[in-house]
Amino acid sequence: MAVIRDVMPAFELYQPSSVADAQKLLEQHGPDAWVLAGGMDSFDWLKDRIRKPKVVVDLSGIEELRGVRTTGDGVEIGAMTTLTEAVNHPIVKQKYGLLAEAAEVVASPQIRNQGTLGGNVSQDTRCWYYRGGWPCYRAGGNICYADTPEGRNREHAILQADRCVAVNPSDTAPALIALDAKFVLRTPKGERVVDAEDYFIGPEIDITRLHILQPGDLLTAIRIPSTWAGAQFYFEKVRDRNVWDFPLLNVASAMVLSGGTIERMRIAVNGAAARPLRLKAVEDSVRGQPRNTATGEMAGKLSVRGAVPLQFNAYKIPLMRNLVKRAISGVEEATWTS
Amino acid sequence: MDFLEWATSPWGQSVPIHIAWFLIWVAVIAGLLFLIVHATYVMYFAKPREFAADDSSAVPASIPKRVPRHSLVARMFHWIMAASMFTLLFTAFLPKVGLQFNWVTYHWIAGAVLSVSIVFHIIHASFWLDFWSIWPDRIDLDDAQKRVRRFFGMPAPPPRKFAKYPLENKLFHGVIILCGLSVILTGVFMMSRVRTIFFPRNPYLFSDMTWGLMYVLHGLAGVGLIALVMMHVYFGLRPEKRAITKSMIFGWMDRDFYLEEHDPERWKVETASPPPTSNRIEGRGLTDAG
Repeated sequence: MAVIRDVMPAFELYQPSSVADAQKLLEQHGPDAWVLAGGMDSFDWLKDRIRKPKVVVDLSGIEELRGVRTTGDGVEIGAMTTLTEAVNHPIVKQKYGLLAEAAEVVASPQIRNQGTLGGNVSQDTRCWYYRGGWPCYRAGGNICYADTPEGRNREHAILQADRCVAVNPSDTAPALIALDAKFVLRTPKGERVVDAEDYFIGPEIDITRLHILQPGDLLTAIRIPSTWAGAQFYFEKVRDRNVWDFPLLNVASAMVLSGGTIERMRIAVNGAAARPLRLKAVEDSVRGQPRNTATGEMAGKLSVRGAVPLQFNAYKIPLMRNLVKRAISGVEEATWTS
Repeated sequence: MDFLEWATSPWGQSVPIHIAWFLIWVAVIAGLLFLIVHATYVMYFAKPREFAADDSSAVPASIPKRVPRHSLVARMFHWIMAASMFTLLFTAFLPKVGLQFNWVTYHWIAGAVLSVSIVFHIIHASFWLDFWSIWPDRIDLDDAQKRVRRFFGMPAPPPRKFAKYPLENKLFHGVIILCGLSVILTGVFMMSRVRTIFFPRNPYLFSDMTWGLMYVLHGLAGVGLIALVMMHVYFGLRPEKRAITKSMIFGWMDRDFYLEEHDPERWKVETASPPPTSNRIEGRGLTDAG
């Protein structure tokens, strides 16, 4: 398969200055339009000539999509806010440190300066068969090249695989799920607000997308309610290269304690499935439990129930078990006793 | 206009991957057009049906009031197959037209139910039912010729009454066999591409081209079934066919309908047995093909 790198295919470039204009363009061009946020994912696709959109709608000129604003109940972060802006924003740092922690470990400083929060949660999977332009399920074909005995699947899914075994690579997504964030979408039918966890979809629902955005839709902002502001947060990302890499797995949790007891908690992992997974069973099982090693181990074991390893990614099962344990019992308590 | 979607395999080979999904709408529109044309024809243009006089004047007295047509087992097969067929069609095509849900698991489970029920039906029909009653015979073809000539106003004697199944029913059954076996055989192999309880995954069972053609055949037969099922449901609901539909529920049809439409010489009803009930039917012959 011939791949001409670094020379993008010709497309019509639109640079709207308002959300209304952007949405009108997206509606007008439907599936032919490509939404360009920071470009960190888009330019890979375009330069590799795997995707050849007729129209690119560049959102970088829309000021209303930028910035962190306080609201009556928390904060609203524009989808085009860069990861660096999110990391450095005082309110985010002070009250929603989980997001700051997660955004700070995305890729490299240069990429965080250019990459946006909306782009980070909406980026496509890193499965190289798919990104290499192979006609896999996710590309509209009828095979998963990664889920074969010979397939290179070290980074792929251990949970909820359905024909495709690609995973979601976002670091901020699990943090936003743990913070109970709401995603604000502008659709042809009007504004729609969805829970962070409902923004993402698995292959069983739509094998060609990682999120619910349809042609014509636009993610405009992410609202974080104050429900979990100032809670005890935990974020950990495991990657091959600590200076700059996508996660093999990550975990994000927000916990409210009453004495030494877990009063309530939200926890999510990413890199384990095609969508970031909120671990509701874990949340329910630790509610009212003491925050200690035993609870962490119990939660870790529960989190990987139903996991099915592929040929080369069985390591993800103990890894996820341990990350969940650490998120609950704390790093210093996280040595396995069993 | 491309009827198939193609892709380039990792080895640079151009391979079909599936049918173009607009064919779903082609099948739906074709089915709807058939219904409209047929309903219009029956309502405004059709002449009353006329059959050749039969010499069965001695027969009627021995015909029971309720003529047994489908055994309980045959009816159960029909309705299980119908349920699995609807599940298969909805789970296959609704996601393609925008209704997104977790369809794969339901689809292969319904496919497994359909496959098992068809295997059962083949065995049941081969050894316990009158296997040949659903296949067209020479009289059907002669009568079809007469009906066509009369339709076009050409001279021809009236056709004989039907055997257990009218020719249209037999032809429909034949087409359903073709489409049904196509989706089942390809579907069984396709199950090796997804995680099921039946086989270990093996996407390399065939070459990319063979797999592609298999998906195409599965899709073509699938969209064909959309139109066929629409027609079948339509005929099942038509007033003049209600007796036949009722027989697929209760197992018997009225004596009057039997004598009006069927030739006792061609479809011999067992009269020695006690009057049948809906739970105890001794009918012979295949079911209507779905």
